[in-house]
Amino acid sequence: MTNISSIASLSNITRSEGDPKVLRSGPSSRGVPDSLAKGLGWFSLGLGLTELLAPRSITRALGMEGKEALVRVYGAREIGSGILSLSVDKNLGLWSRVAGDGLDIATVLTALREDNPKRGNAVVALALLIGITAVDLMDAQASTARHSRSVGRKRSYRDRSGFPRGVQASRGAARDFKTPPDLRHAPPLASVSKRTSAA
Amino acid sequence: MRALVWHGKEDIRCDTVSDPEIEDGRDAIIKVTSCAICGSDLHLFHNFIPAMLPGDVMGHETMGEVVEAGRGLNGKVKKGDRVVVPFTIVCGECDQCKRGYFSVCQRSNRKKHLADKVFGHTTAGLFGYTHLTGGYPGGQAEYLRVPFADTTVQKVPEGIPDEKLLFLSDIFPTGWQAAVQADIQPTDTVAIWGCGPVGQMSIRSAILLGAEQVVAIDCLPERLEMAEAAGAITINFETENVVERLNELTGGEGPEKCIDCIGMESHVSPTMPDTVYDRAKQILLAESDRPHVLREMIYVCRPGGLISIPGVYGGLVDKIPMGAAMNKGLTFRMGQTHVQRWTADLLRRIEEEQIDPSFVITHEAPLDKGPEMYRTFRDKQDSCIKVVLKP
Repeated sequence: MTNISSIASLSNITRSEGDPKVLRSGPSSRGVPDSLAKGLGWFSLGLGLTELLAPRSITRALGMEGKEALVRVYGAREIGSGILSLSVDKNLGLWSRVAGDGLDIATVLTALREDNPKRGNAVVALALLIGITAVDLMDAQASTARHSRSVGRKRSYRDRSGFPRGVQASRGAARDFKTPPDLRHAPPLASVSKRTSAA
Repeated sequence: MRALVWHGKEDIRCDTVSDPEIEDGRDAIIKVTSCAICGSDLHLFHNFIPAMLPGDVMGHETMGEVVEAGRGLNGKVKKGDRVVVPFTIVCGECDQCKRGYFSVCQRSNRKKHLADKVFGHTTAGLFGYTHLTGGYPGGQAEYLRVPFADTTVQKVPEGIPDEKLLFLSDIFPTGWQAAVQADIQPTDTVAIWGCGPVGQMSIRSAILLGAEQVVAIDCLPERLEMAEAAGAITINFETENVVERLNELTGGEGPEKCIDCIGMESHVSPTMPDTVYDRAKQILLAESDRPHVLREMIYVCRPGGLISIPGVYGGLVDKIPMGAAMNKGLTFRMGQTHVQRWTADLLRRIEEEQIDPSFVITHEAPLDKGPEMYRTFRDKQDSCIKVVLKP
């Protein structure tokens, strides 16, 4: 049991006196991989916005001047991954983050050249990227496994007609029902045909 | 008491909450004996329908026993009564209720000002279904306060198990109304998109009402199997072309009646590019609903035919082929279910064993397993089609 969240508590002002109000909160349907995906999603959005809005400070820090356009493209990609990771299609978002991590690593590797005065920063960035890739990969795998349709048994429902008298006997069994006038539609084909032949 | 409470997107918890209390003379308190998770609860789970607040109690398929009755009920509903609680709260006195249009009751939405702003005019109050429809606490709980209890609940006899009666609260009347408003004729082909719980009830209703052929469309083998068990012809849209197959089954003329039991969250697949387009727009908040099924129905429906929509739509849809709909002269019927209009008749049909709605239950669990069951149901794991919870 956890304490009631402040938002749930605040929302009580919209409730009437006799409405139930949360006293103590229980375990969530959201598991650790889901919560982590949410965190990574927000991280993606933050990083993506930074890359999009301040690419020069990133390229300068890594000794990669002239690659600002590429950093902006990566920023847009990162925002896309973030939005997906925060959506119900979080698995797609997480795997797109893993793919993006690969691109980021490949790009930072180019900054490890001997003549780069910011090589030390590039090494730190690479170490961080490898760490975040490991987290992304673990979460993508865990979330995919958690939400996979293959979890549980495959069952057969061939015997579940819902008709205690059997299917054949049930066809038209409710013909005693008279459609209310407000729900009638086109006349049945049979009555139109009769009228046509009589004419 | 314990209740399943919405805390945010994909975040349902079994919380300890205060007990509901009588607020008005026409209120009753129900001790819940059974409740269910509905497909439309998943729209809230995904936060696709606006106006949920953290702390809202979920659930709109509930039955139980009256443990406290307000004085204004004058004995019409009394302590000890066994009742099914329809998801629509109805006053029974306004013009709409008198017409039988209970789901647009003019008086039961206590947050009418919100609905007036969003929908233009208010609709009925609903249990556990956002503050647009009153913000009433839902029935996935140990106790439920029922406003306007004398006109809202359906009394049910002892001796019939909960499992056979519970779905009078929503999915059975919803499937029934979907078929009834299609005005099914003995020569009709009725095509039904979606074989979830409402789809299964629509299939059985169409069979009972005497459709010549009922065609059920889905992609999940267990759901198609259940549809087939009731005598429906099935189409797996992942392996067959729906339009081609429906035309083939109707001599090239298309089905007379089409029923959308999917609503706003249609399946997304690269083989149906419009669904990917809709999903992308939905993620970017440029569209709230994914109307692939509507597009397909309008295209394949026979000219002069009818489209019945029990599936829930929440807001804005895009790229609806109105030109085809207009030129083909299609009739559209839709809406939340006027549950109270059908419950007495459907109860009789259950008692007469025309149908046993419990066929659809695939999972039963105690209330505190609710959060887990939401996930199982949403991820369609363990061949899950319908979950019943026991508080």
